[in-house]
Amino acid sequence: MALVEVSHLVKRFTRDAGWFRRGVTVAAVDDVSFAIDEGETFGLVGESGSGKTTTGRCMLRLIEPTAGEVRFRGENVLAFTRARMRQARRDMQIVFQDPYSSLNPRMRARQIVEEPLIIHRIGRRAERRARVAELFDLVGLNPAHLERYPHEFSGGQRQRIGLARALALNPSFLILDEPVSALDVSVQAQVVNLLMDLQERLKLTYLFIAHDLRLVEHICSRVAVMYLGKIVEVGPTASLFAAPQHPYTKALLSAIPIPDPDAPRQRIVLDPALINRGAVLREIAAGHFAAV
Amino acid sequence: MNPEPGIANHNPEPRTPNPEPLLRVERLTTVFDTARGAVAAVDEVSFDVRAGETLGLVGESGSGKSVTALSIMRLVQPPGRIAGGRLLFKGRDLMTLDDRQMQAIRGAEISLIFQEPMTALNPVFRIGDQIGETLVVHRRATRREARGKAIELLRSVRIPNPESRVMDYPHQLSGGMQQRVMIALALACQPSLVIADEPTTALDVTIQAEILDLLREMKAALGLALLLITHDLGVVAETADRVAVMYAGRIVETGPVRDIFRRPAHPYTRGLLASIPGGRPGGRLRAIDGTVPLLGDLPTGCAFTPRCPDRFDRCPTAPPPDYPVGPEQAAKCYLHEPQSAINQQSAVTNQQLPYGPR
Repeated sequence: MALVEVSHLVKRFTRDAGWFRRGVTVAAVDDVSFAIDEGETFGLVGESGSGKTTTGRCMLRLIEPTAGEVRFRGENVLAFTRARMRQARRDMQIVFQDPYSSLNPRMRARQIVEEPLIIHRIGRRAERRARVAELFDLVGLNPAHLERYPHEFSGGQRQRIGLARALALNPSFLILDEPVSALDVSVQAQVVNLLMDLQERLKLTYLFIAHDLRLVEHICSRVAVMYLGKIVEVGPTASLFAAPQHPYTKALLSAIPIPDPDAPRQRIVLDPALINRGAVLREIAAGHFAAV
Repeated sequence: MNPEPGIANHNPEPRTPNPEPLLRVERLTTVFDTARGAVAAVDEVSFDVRAGETLGLVGESGSGKSVTALSIMRLVQPPGRIAGGRLLFKGRDLMTLDDRQMQAIRGAEISLIFQEPMTALNPVFRIGDQIGETLVVHRRATRREARGKAIELLRSVRIPNPESRVMDYPHQLSGGMQQRVMIALALACQPSLVIADEPTTALDVTIQAEILDLLREMKAALGLALLLITHDLGVVAETADRVAVMYAGRIVETGPVRDIFRRPAHPYTRGLLASIPGGRPGGRLRAIDGTVPLLGDLPTGCAFTPRCPDRFDRCPTAPPPDYPVGPEQAAKCYLHEPQSAINQQSAVTNQQLPYGPR
């Protein structure tokens, strides 16, 4: 059964009319539907402005969607009251892209990781301390550095702090919004390995929002491709990478730089005329859908 | 140590005499003055850029690759300063030029493309005027000529409707279009060397591919040399003729692109290539242990020692010099010291590690 089910999600942003300009409404997320199975890593890719980050934030109601449904374990998250939503967030957490701006510079690492426990009134002081030390160990941070401030950590270590914070409440579902793209190349692989280890140990389900397609190909079981607010193709990673169907997916995959000077290259340039805006997703191979 | 650093000098075998490179950077050292003394961001860096070639300068944040670019343009701002070395461009040492002479080189002979076009372009001037200004300053063009040339340049970088776009302000263009304007600006005076500092990092992958294609075409059409600074090994493999790998302010390996990808000789280069996602989906990636060291707190000897899987007692003693590992390839690693006993061992590692086609 699907752990998370998004159906017909819509988010419109409106710029009000002013004295000298007309109001404008854009659909950042335009009728998006997908389901994530328990224990899988589901990739969401697309160019900047395609709506992938907005989709992730709407799922946790960090941004209120305009319409649609987000079902978590069968319950519609968008119908929850404030109190019920807070409760639900224990089970669904997010790790942000930028480990520099997503940690409060005035808080010690211990306080940052402990904060969710305090907010949700979990454990006594000593129990919380023990839990924070355990989380530090879990994400590969040295518990001797608990009292340090974020600036005393490297980018990779900061992302581990963000991950420890997200894991503090024992969630089953994590949204990873470009979790390694701000990190140095030599450190990215460490964090990716950690994410894969944690998924196995804690039976986590991931929504992995990314633009690094090589990484998506490596760690995601299924992928959805977003273009101008819509999912234009979704399917098992192997099938989608081997036989992309939508013109945008074809262009996107052909644009990945290949780290091999002798690899044959065939660049497909996106011809917008080829995109059928009215097309709906239809199944073209087992579990592989494309709007063509 | 080699008396004259520079890639050309590491060649142990005779080969066809190399014409004078377009740019020869010799033992460039750029330091930043801090409360705890001078810290070298660029430490005795030497390399050549040959006429018409693309040299990929690869490194992570803090490796000194951007400071190297700024140093070549002599644009390092205090507390940074160039502390030593020579910058031979067409045989002239840029270090000896006065400000006025240097100004005549910048933009006209050597130009720079930055990572963020939005911050590099002036938001309050029309793009046509920004391109035109270069021509007015360097080529004494009239305003009218400059406008005509700006339209021509915008057309050459394939901006649609250049006649009307020339009147646009930077914010009216997308990121990819802004970077095309930056390229037009960089090419306005037909320089012989273009330094591009992470020109596609801020762009989407499809736009990145278009910009790299454009740079390649422009390079071929105008016969210019390109110093491409990037952290993306995929971009390097697709664009560069030769590669220089930087780590902690030093160039640790140089060589032709094919040799670097097929037979990487420095453990850092091997580690970078091995850590690229690939192979069996879901398998663990081959990460490099530890983190990039902070400048000012570098390990003694080879700065990569604490993270190196092949380190041995010699590594922390002194920074290794360049050792030739191929006709045009050199690595700063004691594994390749000719009399080193470990040399044999490295040959084994070498066979296991190269990043092969997938």
